[in-house]
Amino acid sequence: MSEKTTQKVTLAKALNMGLRKAMEDDAKVLLMGEDVGKLGGVFRITDGLQKDFGEDRVIDSPLAESGIVGTAVGMALRGYKPVVEIQFDGFVYPAYDQIVCQVAKMCFRSQGKTPLPIVIRIPFGGGIGAVEHHSESPEAQFAHTPGLKVVACSNPIDGYWMIQQAIAAPDPVVFLEPKRQYHADKAELDDTATPAPLFTSRVVKQGTDVTVLAYGPTVKTALKAAEAAGNEGRSLEVIDLRTLSPLDMGPVLESVRKTGRVVVSHEAHVNLGMGAELAARITEECFYSLEAPVLRVGGFDTPYPPARIEEEWLPDLDRVLDAVDRTLDF
Amino acid sequence: MTQPGFGPDLAEVFGPAHEATSDSAGLSLVQLLTPEGERVEHPDFSFGDDLSDAELAETVRGFFRDMTLTRRIDVEATALQRHGELGIWAQLLGQEAAQVGAGRALKPQDYVFPTYREHGVAWCKGVDPLKLLGLFRGVDQGGWDPRENNFGLYTIVIGAQTLHATGYAMGMQRDGVVGTGDPDRDAAVIAHFGDGASSQGDVNESFIFAASYNAPVVFFCQNNQWAISEPIERQSRIPLYQRALGFGFPGVRVDGNDVLASYAVTKAALQRAREGQGPTLVEAYTYRMGAHTTTDDPTRYRLSDDVERWKLKDPIARVEAYLKRNGMADQEFFDAVSAEAEDLGHHLREGCKALPDPQPLSVFDHVYAEMTDELVTQRDGFAAYLESFEGAH
Repeated sequence: MSEKTTQKVTLAKALNMGLRKAMEDDAKVLLMGEDVGKLGGVFRITDGLQKDFGEDRVIDSPLAESGIVGTAVGMALRGYKPVVEIQFDGFVYPAYDQIVCQVAKMCFRSQGKTPLPIVIRIPFGGGIGAVEHHSESPEAQFAHTPGLKVVACSNPIDGYWMIQQAIAAPDPVVFLEPKRQYHADKAELDDTATPAPLFTSRVVKQGTDVTVLAYGPTVKTALKAAEAAGNEGRSLEVIDLRTLSPLDMGPVLESVRKTGRVVVSHEAHVNLGMGAELAARITEECFYSLEAPVLRVGGFDTPYPPARIEEEWLPDLDRVLDAVDRTLDF
Repeated sequence: MTQPGFGPDLAEVFGPAHEATSDSAGLSLVQLLTPEGERVEHPDFSFGDDLSDAELAETVRGFFRDMTLTRRIDVEATALQRHGELGIWAQLLGQEAAQVGAGRALKPQDYVFPTYREHGVAWCKGVDPLKLLGLFRGVDQGGWDPRENNFGLYTIVIGAQTLHATGYAMGMQRDGVVGTGDPDRDAAVIAHFGDGASSQGDVNESFIFAASYNAPVVFFCQNNQWAISEPIERQSRIPLYQRALGFGFPGVRVDGNDVLASYAVTKAALQRAREGQGPTLVEAYTYRMGAHTTTDDPTRYRLSDDVERWKLKDPIARVEAYLKRNGMADQEFFDAVSAEAEDLGHHLREGCKALPDPQPLSVFDHVYAEMTDELVTQRDGFAAYLESFEGAH
């Protein structure tokens, strides 16, 4: 057992360390994507990995997302564990057919004979002042697809462990990384700790009055909202969903049975988003515990806006608190 | 060693005129056996030079048998569809030589990524043809184990498998089974697709990836002239094989109704790939004699004259003529193949009707390698619902 060492790391660094660990542990792990080699990726998540693992394992790809995912399918069929990077959320759509029709269905089509252990890393969400197609939240489109598993990390510690767990998983995993958080906060990483299983949600702040469900970039927003609400004597319980498909409803339902009130927060458009599914499941399972309808705070049903108004468009602390007020006033 | 005939020839692309992409195949078509069953020479490709007369005869008889049985699979499956035993069938009639030639050029360690029409290649790879029927009957979505025969599952989204083939070939490179010089170890991938698929982004991306990484993959395009109702002219204004040059690897057009030429060209292209010389595009110039599938009606969009002219180029008839003219097979051989075809037909007819319907609850199996709790709950709920009808009328 290795000696306990802790260090303060950003999400970007934690993901980099997690990828490195996965590549050290399993020679079949390959990284592929645009600019992931010498450059280390546009967000530097794969920084230094090509230098240490070589061009055969950290592969700079031609600029074609369907090609990246489609060749990853072939590599997985050959026994490799490809981890592909989609440079930005809005660029995943050229690969959508390969993801939905091939990656998601190969295990089913082959009656379990050829599962595909592929990880598709996607930096997602907004708040970085980017141009069009660089700030999107496509998670519901993948969570809606049987055969895929979808997770979102929200902090460096989870980033380190979840990427390794996703790579080790036998099924394809769409791995969402909140790009706004890449270089934001540091956390103390103990790489000898025992992580929670990948497909589990976690209560990140206990509370009694309202349950706030969040994932990825909105976890930080929800925690800030909980702090602000606490100053006004309102106790919010915050759950980091972590896994979007499958959903881990246990902690959610337990919380709702306690609070009776739920606000779901995500950056994606609310229409047919994760919040809609959560509201439906909570209503089915906890109808008599609910004191108010499940409220959703998310992106409006518009295209992602120009950067100068994205802060107004995104669900921020005030809009979460507004929803908390509305559910308490119901 | 560079295989002659694959070298980029700019004159072919920038020559005085584009050759017609319709019936007249042009000078660049590799042919080793004429429609009349006469052997012809080609400067770059040959068949049988390394075989004794007896071995050559045995090999050609093998091709005849493969093509005859492949056609029987197709005829039988088409009939089964007409009898309502299959929901649909994708016919290969007329493409037997292209598929058997390509299929017999493979070594056991090579891997095949098919479309949904590669019944002849499946046959060559040893897949029980009965297993091909499951997909078309609706009892499964691919009933064979790809790992057993190195023959991938049928892919219905046009061209998607060419990327899988390229990625698989990239995996072979990483496994050190390319260019070692060991003929039993070096391996390659063949990606099948059609003229219609050549328009797909995935096919073009697979060309780019394969070229970029020098992947050991042979792109085998059966240009059967029709993508359902759309003629080849709708897909391409130049002969398809010439596209390869633009991607940086060689292309060659072969008479897809000539099994000897299809075999020789594919064998050379696979060898090139195994040696580490990268991808090749083979355009097997052929004709879809049947409909696109059993749901299609080709009389709405093409002339029977064309079909009649292509009948004269039948891939099996020319081999039969060659064998008979040269005394390479006796009547006993032809009778034996006929008997074998009858047995195969019986196997398919009886086997197809006996294919069991899947159990409704099996739909939950294998969605994931590790089933989720959500699906367990859904399955159990559905099971309870189904059980609630037991004993009811």
